Amino acid sequence: MSFINPVKRGYLALETWFNISFGNVWNPLYNLGTLTFFFFWVVLVSGLYLFIFFDTSLTGAYASVEYMTHDQWYAGGVMRSLHRYASDAAVITIILHMFREFALDRYRGFRWFSWFTGVPTLWFVITLGITGYWLVWDELALYVAIQSSQLMDALPLIPASMTRNFLASQINDRFFTLMAFLHLLGQPVILFFALWIHVKRLSDVSILPPRGLAVGSFIALLVLSLLEPAVSHDIADTQSTPAMLNLDWFYLNIYPLLDYWTAGYVWVLTLGITVFLMMMPWLPKKKMGPAAEVHLDECNGCEQCAKDCPFDAITVQKRTDGARWETEVVVQESLCAACGICVGSCHSSNPFRHSQQDLVTGIDMPQSPINDIRNQTETALSKLQGENKIIVFGCDNAIDFSDLKSPNIAVVSFFCVGMIPPTLVEYALKKGADGVFVTGCRTGDCYFRHGNKWLDERFATKRQPILRKRADRARINIFRAAETDCKQLKRELDQFQHHLTQLKQNETAGVSGVSDE
Amino acid sequence: MNKPLRFILQFLNYSLFMALVWYFSISPVYHQLDEDQAMITFTLGHVGKHVTPCVKTSQEELLKLPPNMRKPMSCTRERSPIVMKIQLDDMVIFEKVGLPKGLYKDQGIDVYQNIRVPAGSHRLLAWLNDDVNVEGPIYKYEQDITLKPEQHLVIEFQSDAHKFTIY
Repeated sequence: MSFINPVKRGYLALETWFNISFGNVWNPLYNLGTLTFFFFWVVLVSGLYLFIFFDTSLTGAYASVEYMTHDQWYAGGVMRSLHRYASDAAVITIILHMFREFALDRYRGFRWFSWFTGVPTLWFVITLGITGYWLVWDELALYVAIQSSQLMDALPLIPASMTRNFLASQINDRFFTLMAFLHLLGQPVILFFALWIHVKRLSDVSILPPRGLAVGSFIALLVLSLLEPAVSHDIADTQSTPAMLNLDWFYLNIYPLLDYWTAGYVWVLTLGITVFLMMMPWLPKKKMGPAAEVHLDECNGCEQCAKDCPFDAITVQKRTDGARWETEVVVQESLCAACGICVGSCHSSNPFRHSQQDLVTGIDMPQSPINDIRNQTETALSKLQGENKIIVFGCDNAIDFSDLKSPNIAVVSFFCVGMIPPTLVEYALKKGADGVFVTGCRTGDCYFRHGNKWLDERFATKRQPILRKRADRARINIFRAAETDCKQLKRELDQFQHHLTQLKQNETAGVSGVSDE
Repeated sequence: MNKPLRFILQFLNYSLFMALVWYFSISPVYHQLDEDQAMITFTLGHVGKHVTPCVKTSQEELLKLPPNMRKPMSCTRERSPIVMKIQLDDMVIFEKVGLPKGLYKDQGIDVYQNIRVPAGSHRLLAWLNDDVNVEGPIYKYEQDITLKPEQHLVIEFQSDAHKFTIY
């Protein structure tokens, strides 16, 4: 078993706990991005409601918020609480999202772009929350306004002092117009674009979590909103300084630092952390394999690889080689994650083709061509001895399965289970394997996003290229495991061997109809 | 896993998550001031005097200049640093030399400084010097004050009126 760093081990333990509690499909850790989007939707809808009753004036702002909180607690109050708690929950899911990507080493290499753009996106969220606190115009709002202005004054951007605007008699309704514009329109638009850029290099981006998880999260937010409604401090008063403040630490955590450090030092700390986080993908840089290569002689322009690519690295263009097909595919090298899913998508990756010569497919991985994989499979199968000859097709980014090798078990590794052409499974069974055992990342947690999903759909004949019906499903087992699931993997393989033995016994006895596991 | 047990586990997870959301949305309470403290804010937005005194431009010199550049007084750009000091009873609670901003040191400075002080009666002394050619305080303000706990007292040097104001 390979070494697993403690951070990853800790994360995987947490993931296991959530898999037990929620199942793989609803596991919140597999849906942190969509869950964050969901909280944003709650913030948006509740925010629109609050805006209807919010008075953008110096004297009216606090009163209107108080009206919603107390006189209209059943609607405005709940909406206000949902607005606050969903915003806070979004910060937690964003931080967990970052931690997850870090723990699983999914922030470097081809993923640098999402990480790099994600860090400033977090700050956009934070600043959006901060301006939201200004609008209430209570003691906390005044504190946040003054501390924020002191931070702004430390930057050589505004010639006059911003903080001095918050002296008595300086603040007016114009301030609320500006803040309302920023919070309700300016910052959300910036955040929207930041999020769009953040997911720009991904295909099939979902912005809603599974329904069950969304419903559960919303009910939880609603219950919290009813039990502990969000309330204001006293109205902002420039003549007094409250001794105690109930800070929202998700958004306002840097402000107390200003009471001990100068604004310059707080900026150095904040920007230092930001730059460090943004640079993490290169500290150190992750080595990447070469990008996929297109072999036009074997490509009929079916576009399946372009549909399956999880990172939008394959585009379709008009045929350039004069062949009779209308289109061809092109790999954008800078976007390619070298996952090999496109190889699994290509009909030409069929190992039954060109059995007497080298197998060339329409799109291939130069570091592990399909021809080599076919040769490896054949060689491995030829060396197998004993009963229940099993070939394990496994993913390099999930559990270390090399230990499974034994006289009757051979292993062949892939970059992703999505790289396995379904016909290769059929080929292995035809060439003497009693069973094919496929192991990849945990369900819902494919390292290359869609590998598991595409494999399942291909085997279920719902996605091209399909695993043909003639392939005996009873001899195929798919087991998903993370690096810490060694015992479960071995147990599953033992059960599969036992199942194959039974199958053989039944066949010998002339009994048919052994069900698929 | 059976459904009821999974439901209980989900309930526990959601509860824990919402407890986390709720707690850090208002806690731990931040103590900005001790209970027997008040806050004094000293603030100003002011430009110091010219380092070299302005001289009156003679009629002959004015005539040599293009009409749009004819100013009665001729001044160098550099401004004086602003020396500020706030004293409460015998204790200096704020002291700063604000250097003029800008490449040519020709711009004013802004100050907004919060100072935590004990509540109660005090003798307040504020003084300011905005002319490098003059020694000691040029503007001075002295008054007995009584601060209640959590009171916020602003001491502002009003640049246009050249005087201290408290409110």
